[in-house]
Amino acid sequence: MTGLWSLFLTAAFVDNMPLILFLGLCTFLALSKRPESAFGLGVAMTGVLGVTVPLNHLIYTGLLAPGAWAWAGLPALDLSYLSLIAFIGVIAASVQVVEMVLDRFFPAIHAAFGVFLPLLTVQCAILAGSLFMVERSYDLAQSAVFGLGSGVGFAIAVSMLGAIRTRLDYAELPAGLRGLGIAFILAGLMSLGFASFAQMAAAQ
Amino acid sequence: MAERVDYAAILTEPLIRQNPVTLQILGICSALAVTTTLATALTMSISLTVVLTLSAGLISAIRRHIPNTIRLIVQIVIIAALVIVIDQVLQAYFAEISRALSVYVGLITTNCLVLGRTEAYARHHAPPAAMVDAFGNGLGYSLVLLVIGGLRELFGKGELFGAQVLPLADAGGWFTPLSLMLLAPSAFFLLGLLVWAVRSRVPEQIEPPEHTPPLRTEPAE
Repeated sequence: MTGLWSLFLTAAFVDNMPLILFLGLCTFLALSKRPESAFGLGVAMTGVLGVTVPLNHLIYTGLLAPGAWAWAGLPALDLSYLSLIAFIGVIAASVQVVEMVLDRFFPAIHAAFGVFLPLLTVQCAILAGSLFMVERSYDLAQSAVFGLGSGVGFAIAVSMLGAIRTRLDYAELPAGLRGLGIAFILAGLMSLGFASFAQMAAAQ
Repeated sequence: MAERVDYAAILTEPLIRQNPVTLQILGICSALAVTTTLATALTMSISLTVVLTLSAGLISAIRRHIPNTIRLIVQIVIIAALVIVIDQVLQAYFAEISRALSVYVGLITTNCLVLGRTEAYARHHAPPAAMVDAFGNGLGYSLVLLVIGGLRELFGKGELFGAQVLPLADAGGWFTPLSLMLLAPSAFFLLGLLVWAVRSRVPEQIEPPEHTPPLRTEPAE
């Protein structure tokens, strides 16, 4: 149990997706101008990551991993090179389902997301969650915890950046630094803060 | 279709003026993650440029036959297939670099730069123009990657392409490596400063302020 909890914390803070691993930065920067949209993105990321990583784990171990077809008399079959396409398909389908569920039961949230929900399909952080899960050979429970933890970490980081960027509206920045430039510098400072979590984990 | 296409302009625009990374905010994730050394940055640049150019050509060639409703899926499958090929080639011939890049080669599939260019350009233009545009964007992306990768490797380790350039203090030289350069925050800082530098040279890229700061009426002391 402690193993899962520490995996959650590691995924959320030490290996923070946008700030330490540089994943999902396009939406991270594009949607963090306002805190509301930033928070919404964080929630959606958590939901989609929490669903797709365990789902992809089932598909990978059941169909694609080397030796997965041993029961059918094909122990040498290795379909793992197909995992990219399979994962993308699962992610696209999950995003579609999440979108339909939100549209049916929570229309207000759905309206707030607008066009950004379908764009989660091509979010590198979400695909990376599944790829890391394969690379680090997590089991099913670990995959689920890892997906949730990464999502929560993303949500925290993007909400913080959104909150800081609203305040910057009133700062008098050098013209060339306005917008994207200062967002990078801010992300760098936040990344510096999150990097210290790695030291804490190492000292433990 | 008879009008002449200015290939030179399509090719050179994305280098600085329309740079995919510093202006269009496309493909940033990989741009920062793989730049700890110049070799990984170069490998990533080449892989991305190849995938981008080929997928733009393919998608542009069949653009009149893709139904609009499923075009995203078709495009992603084409891109993913190309990425799988690149990934397998890297694993076969450049195993060490492929391990250093880890999942980031696979992530070219969801690199917004690839999908962004196919959506914005290749879908509406003939294959030659689409491929030139994709190649130009690949070069613009590579330019940023190589600048950041070079700076990080030079100041983080005193090396370029793994060869010692600055003599290290440990080995009797004068240079003390800045290990911060190899960590995540420095990549953000460098890209932020790069954006600033580019925008000081090309002022039309400067974003308009969302709010004008309140005028100072009290005397500044």
